[in-house]
This record gives sequence, C-alpha cells and structure tokens, in this order.
Amino acid sequence: MALFRKSEVIIAVILLIAMIVIGLINPAFWQLDNLFSLLRSNVIIGIMALGVLLVMISGGIDVSFPAFAVAAMYLTVKGMIFFGHDGVILPFAAAATMGVLFGCLNAFFVYTFRMIPLIVTLGTGSMVRGFLLGVVGTSMININKMPDALIDFGKLEIISLTKADGTTFGLTAMILIYVGLAIALHLVLRHTMIGRSVYALGGAPEAAARVGFDTRKTIFFVYCVAGMLAGFAGLLHSGMIWLANPRDFVGLELDVIAAVVLGGASIFGGRGSVVGTMLGVFMLVMVKNSLIIMHVDTTWQRVVVGIVIVIATAATAWRDRKRRV
Amino acid sequence: MSEAFIELRNIGKRFSGVHALDDVSLTINKGEIHCLAGENGSGKSTLIKVIAGVYQPDAGEILIDGKTVRHLTPIESVRHAIQVIYQDFSLFGNLTVAENLALNTALRAKRKTVNWRAVHALAREALDRLGVEIDLTAELETLPTSGKQLVAIARALMSDARLIIMDEPTTALTGKEVETLFRIVRDIQARGIAVLFVSHKMREMLDISERLTVIRNGRKVVEGPTSDFDEGAVIRHMTGQDIVAEPYRWSPPDGAAPAPRLEVRGLSRPGHYDDLSMTIGPGEIVGLSGLLGSGRTELALALFGMQPPAAGTILIDGRPVTLGSVRDAIDAGVAYVPEDRLSEGLFLTQSIKRNILVTSLDAMSRWTVLDLAQGDRMARETVAAMQIATPTPEKIAGELSGGNQQRVVLGRWLLTNAKVLILNGPTVGVDVGSKAEIHQKIRELALSRGLGVLMISDDVLELAQNCNRVVLMHRGRFVDEWDGDAASERVISETLKTLT
Repeated sequence: MALFRKSEVIIAVILLIAMIVIGLINPAFWQLDNLFSLLRSNVIIGIMALGVLLVMISGGIDVSFPAFAVAAMYLTVKGMIFFGHDGVILPFAAAATMGVLFGCLNAFFVYTFRMIPLIVTLGTGSMVRGFLLGVVGTSMININKMPDALIDFGKLEIISLTKADGTTFGLTAMILIYVGLAIALHLVLRHTMIGRSVYALGGAPEAAARVGFDTRKTIFFVYCVAGMLAGFAGLLHSGMIWLANPRDFVGLELDVIAAVVLGGASIFGGRGSVVGTMLGVFMLVMVKNSLIIMHVDTTWQRVVVGIVIVIATAATAWRDRKRRV
Repeated sequence: MSEAFIELRNIGKRFSGVHALDDVSLTINKGEIHCLAGENGSGKSTLIKVIAGVYQPDAGEILIDGKTVRHLTPIESVRHAIQVIYQDFSLFGNLTVAENLALNTALRAKRKTVNWRAVHALAREALDRLGVEIDLTAELETLPTSGKQLVAIARALMSDARLIIMDEPTTALTGKEVETLFRIVRDIQARGIAVLFVSHKMREMLDISERLTVIRNGRKVVEGPTSDFDEGAVIRHMTGQDIVAEPYRWSPPDGAAPAPRLEVRGLSRPGHYDDLSMTIGPGEIVGLSGLLGSGRTELALALFGMQPPAAGTILIDGRPVTLGSVRDAIDAGVAYVPEDRLSEGLFLTQSIKRNILVTSLDAMSRWTVLDLAQGDRMARETVAAMQIATPTPEKIAGELSGGNQQRVVLGRWLLTNAKVLILNGPTVGVDVGSKAEIHQKIRELALSRGLGVLMISDDVLELAQNCNRVVLMHRGRFVDEWDGDAASERVISETLKTLT
C-alpha cells in the first residue's frame, strides 16, 4: 500500500511542478476564472475516467464509452423533446440506465466468450455509434430546442463572481457531482468486497475464481458501472454545453485513457486509484488547456496526448515490471 | 490403525474418451503426511482436482469421515475442511500480504464490506499461528517464492483445515527453504491435520511422508508405508522401468593434454561474482551448485555473452575470446540451454524444424539465401540424433512433452559445432523417465564430441550422478570442489545446508 500512495505522491508532485512552470510561462494561469474553467473541463472527462479506471483495474480496457455516452445523451434528449418532459432526475436516470445496458453488452461478451476487452469494446462502440447515426438521426439539437431544465441544471454554480470589467464567472456545481461520484467509487473500491474483487480479478483472474469470487458478477459490475458513468456524463455534457451533438466525443477515449494511465493505473490491471485518476485527469486537462491558451494548433494537441499516453504507460509498465522481479 | 479422513474408491475420470483416472483408490488418514507420486501426466493433478471438487468423477465414490459424499463441489470440498495449495498459490501479487490472508475468510463469511483493522488482525493471527514473520503491509509480489508459499500455507490453515493438499510445493525452493517447509509441514501434522504432498521428487517424498501412493498413466500402481520404499523402487513404480544411473567419470587423456575446452581466469563482475577461475576439459561434465542468487546464473550469462564480465579472461580451446554478445558466444562455440526452457529457450508456436535451425541460419544459407533443402536435411538429422519423439520435424514445439522439448533445445546446438555447452537446470519440469534419457544424451554428447559441459542445477542428485566434478558457488565465489566419487549427493547437500 505504501508504494500505492507513493505513486500518487509522485503524480501530485509532477502536477505541482507542471502548474508552476505553466504559471511562469503564462501568469494568467493562476487567475481564478482560468482555474474555475479548468475545473469545469475536469467534470466530464473525470466522470468517464472513473469508469475507465474501474475497467482498467479489473484488467480490461474500454474504448466504447464515448459511443455509449453520446448514444445515451442523444436518445435521452430526443426523448425529452418527444415527451415534452422538462425534469432533470428522470432523464439522468434514463441516460445512466442506457449506459448500464450498453455496459452489460460489453460484460456479456467479455465474460461469456472470454474475448479481449479491447476488441469487444471497439466492436460495441462502433455498433452503438453506427446505430445512433443510422437509425436515430444525425442532426444536432441546438440551444433553441434543448430542454430548458437541462440547461438550467448545467448552469448551476457554487461560486459566482464578477470581474472588474463587469463580466461574471463562476465555479460550476457539476464539480460536486464529479467529486461525489469519485468519493463513492473510492469507498466502493477500498471498502467493499465487490471493490476488492475488481483488484483481485485484475491481479490474478485464475486465482480470483479459485478463491471464490464470483467473477461474472465482478465483470458485469465493472462494465455496467463504466457504462453508467459514461451515460450519465454524456447527458451532463449536453446540459453544460447546451447542445446535443450525435457526433460528439469522437476520439475522447484516448484522452480519458491517457488521463487514467497518467494517474498511475496499470495497463496490466490490478493497480490504480481514484485519487491518482483525478490527478491524472487534472494534469491532462491542464496541459491541453495550456496548449489552447498558448495558441497551439489542435492537431498538435493530439500529438501531446499521444506522447502523454506513451510516456505514462512506459512509466507504469516500468514500475510494475520492477516490482515483479 | 488410524482412522481414514477421506477415502476415494475406484475413481474414474475421462476427458473426451481418454482415461485420465482409471479405478484409482486413495485413502488419507487423519493427521498423516501422505505422498502422491507420479510423473507429469500420470493423473496426479486430475486426482487433486477430484478431491478439491473441481472435477466430478465419472465412476467411483468419495467418502469423508466414513460417509459418502455424492456431489463434491469446490465449495463442498472447502466445507469439509479440505484446502489445496496449487503450484501458483492462487495469491494476488497486487494485494498486500494482509489482504491475501484475509480474503478467503471474508468471502466465506459472505461479507459485503471490508474492515481493514479486522483484516490486519486476522492476518497477524494467521502468521502467528504458523510462527513466521512477514510484513503484512508488503505487496505480495515483493516477496520471494518461499514467502509467497508461507502466505499460502498460512491462508490454508486459517480455515481450520483437516487436509491440506500441496501441489509440487518444492519446485521453486532452494534446499534451505525446503527444510523450513518440511518443518512447517510436520508442525501442521502435529496439530492433527493431514497433508497430501504431491511431488515427483524422490528424495523429498521419502523424507517427509509416512505413506506413499504411486500412480502411473491414470492408474494406481502401489501404495504403502514410505519405509517400504527406496528411491529405486519409487522410480520403478513411477516409470514402469528400471533406471540405473552409473555415475559419470572422466579422466584426462594420456599423453599431451589438450587445451581445456573452456578456461576462465579471474572473472569478476562487481555485485555478482568475484575472481572466478576454472577449466573444463574436452568431455568433462562439471557441475555447478549453489543457492539461488549465488551468482551461478550470472556466470552462465557471462559465458554466453549476455552479461559481459567486468574483468577476467575467457579462453576457448586455449584462445582468449571476448564475449560481448550472444553472437560472439555462438561464434566462439558456446551453447547455452537456459533455465526456463519455455520462455527463453523455445519458440513454442513454431515447428521443431524452425526451433532447431534458428541458430544455424548461416550454416544453411548460400549467399545469404536460405537453402531450404539443406535445412530440412539438417533438421531431420538432428531429430534422429536426439531421438525426438515426433512423426515429423514440422510438428509444433509447444505440443511436445517437456523431455522432448529439452531435446530440441539441445539438438539445436549440435548444429552450431559447439565446443562448450552450458546447461542451466537441464531437467527442470521433466519427468523421471525422460530425465534419465536426457542425462544419457548429455553424456554421449560430451564424450563423442569432446564437449566441455557446465551443468548448473538445484537438483543435487542430478549433479552427483552426471558430473565428474562438482563446484560449489556461494556469494559470487567458488567455495568448494569435489572430484569423482567425492562428489556424492550427501556431501554436496550437507555442504549446501551449511551455507547462509
């Protein structure tokens, strides 16, 4: 456990150094409105990262969640418009439930056919996205059609401030949802048997079955929760940007996986923590955000994300390998 | 007459029509140490899995405490206080020692949540009961194999077991660690817990057990008190044939002594070995013994160019050579059979032919183009020379038995005109029958080709029987050496035990 903590401390230190460096290059970084906007950008990626973390600890990988998120979001918003529903709780429950169902699909293939999770989720993700665009529709739902309840919910702020020039800015209340989900997942992973079964499965699948863990239950738990978080995050995203775009989230899987790996989760399974993941998400969002502030072209941002994945994976692989010897 | 704890009567088990077990009966009495002996593939593992409830037998019945148990499932088996310690221990490398120990109890109690204080208390108690000291907060992965095994045993004891089954428990242990294990096994027995010790190592089984059951090809061959058996008898029962081992003896040829095949002078690599000097003449088989971490593997790697030494000279046939890479070593005439044949020595998914030819691609090519007909010929000759049991050299190496795989690795080096052959654990995981044949092959090669052979092994008996000289390495130095008849198993074992 000491080593576990150690890798989180290392990430935190690196993050701090990065913040200082970025602050030196661009003093505007430390301004409250920038920090608030950074935290806001953490929410969606962060919630999705929690799901990916769960899958990665169990020894799997998930690239289907952006598709699940977009499908749950688009279907829910369409449904709200169709039924003229203008609440918040029911739609979020619906999006989360859709996520769970999609997650079940992943779990079914991974468990029943012992398929490689990468292949399964590549397939299910592609299927869901294809169905969405082919059957449900391709047109965006703009702010004028978006349900007001969603938009109002997305606008909620914990702190609202006014700048000297009269413009207002604030810290989104969605951050509370993110932190709440993170705490919940942390407690589940650390203090419940189902949580420990995820680590056990990721560490030694054979042994997990042998000592009496119900691995089917664990696999379904992992993929369904990941799907649920994705579905939930998807709808939350549309509320925050006042737009439901069925082509959203393309390529997001790489960012999220990069953040989780950056947070110290092992691609071999069995290792990873919620705190580390949150730090990883913050680091990734901050780097991308700084690139934007420095007017770096978006294509180069892809390069940076790629580099982050490779370096972070190499570092964790090296760490795990050293331990194994 | 002591009371039976579990009785298996006329058990039969078939897998796709093949008898894995045929009419096997086994009785384990309360609180006895019972050995189950058999070669790889004899049905030992199947039998264990029947007792553990993993497999349901097709025929026969199982009695526990004299009562028939109809349908033994893994959960039922645990409920009857039967615990199996598998070879891989079924532990979690990514979890702490404490959690590894406490998991089973929590699972049995169908807990939903984890109370970490209780986990540590439970784990501490389990280790205390075994009388060993292990850091509870250490990740299991960081422990040596012997430590992991202790954790596995402690975990099995936590459940108030009445029978503990140990599957090949000594495979990865050094001599000293085996002693510790035996002490613990006897300790377990003293508490009235029966132990079924599954092994194919003669000496250990005879040392530890009170009764012995031998199975071969899925059938029980013999059972009885261990005192009725000696090594030869057990081997005879396990293999169904007499294997008599003549010790290997070698004397320098008369007249002008040829240059030694291999000579090392003052070989050093800080932190690994220091000032090593030895010679191996043509036809000599020199054994190298020592605990894990003594530097013996590092010496082998130095001679094969994988970890060049920091200082010292290596001479082959009297000529100094620089072995900076594997390529250098092969060119100089060094052949190496690694410790882990499966991961380091063999391309399991490739054919026997390709495995044999892989080090000889230069020899079978003309103007950098491979002469495939020549390769076929070379592969066929090697298969014949090494007596590899296969209908065709095209067979996939992974489908061969351990003994035959080892022949492929050995055969590969025949083609490179090796002068020095380094064997690291040449018969690990090879059953008794094939073992003797491989030893025979090595001796023949040494004599007929005048190879200088360096044999590294944990199996002291293997060294005593097949080497004309045995060198003992400890903490990076050669500390002892026995020649000819002086290199007896007893002497070497005793000396090994005194090392710390």
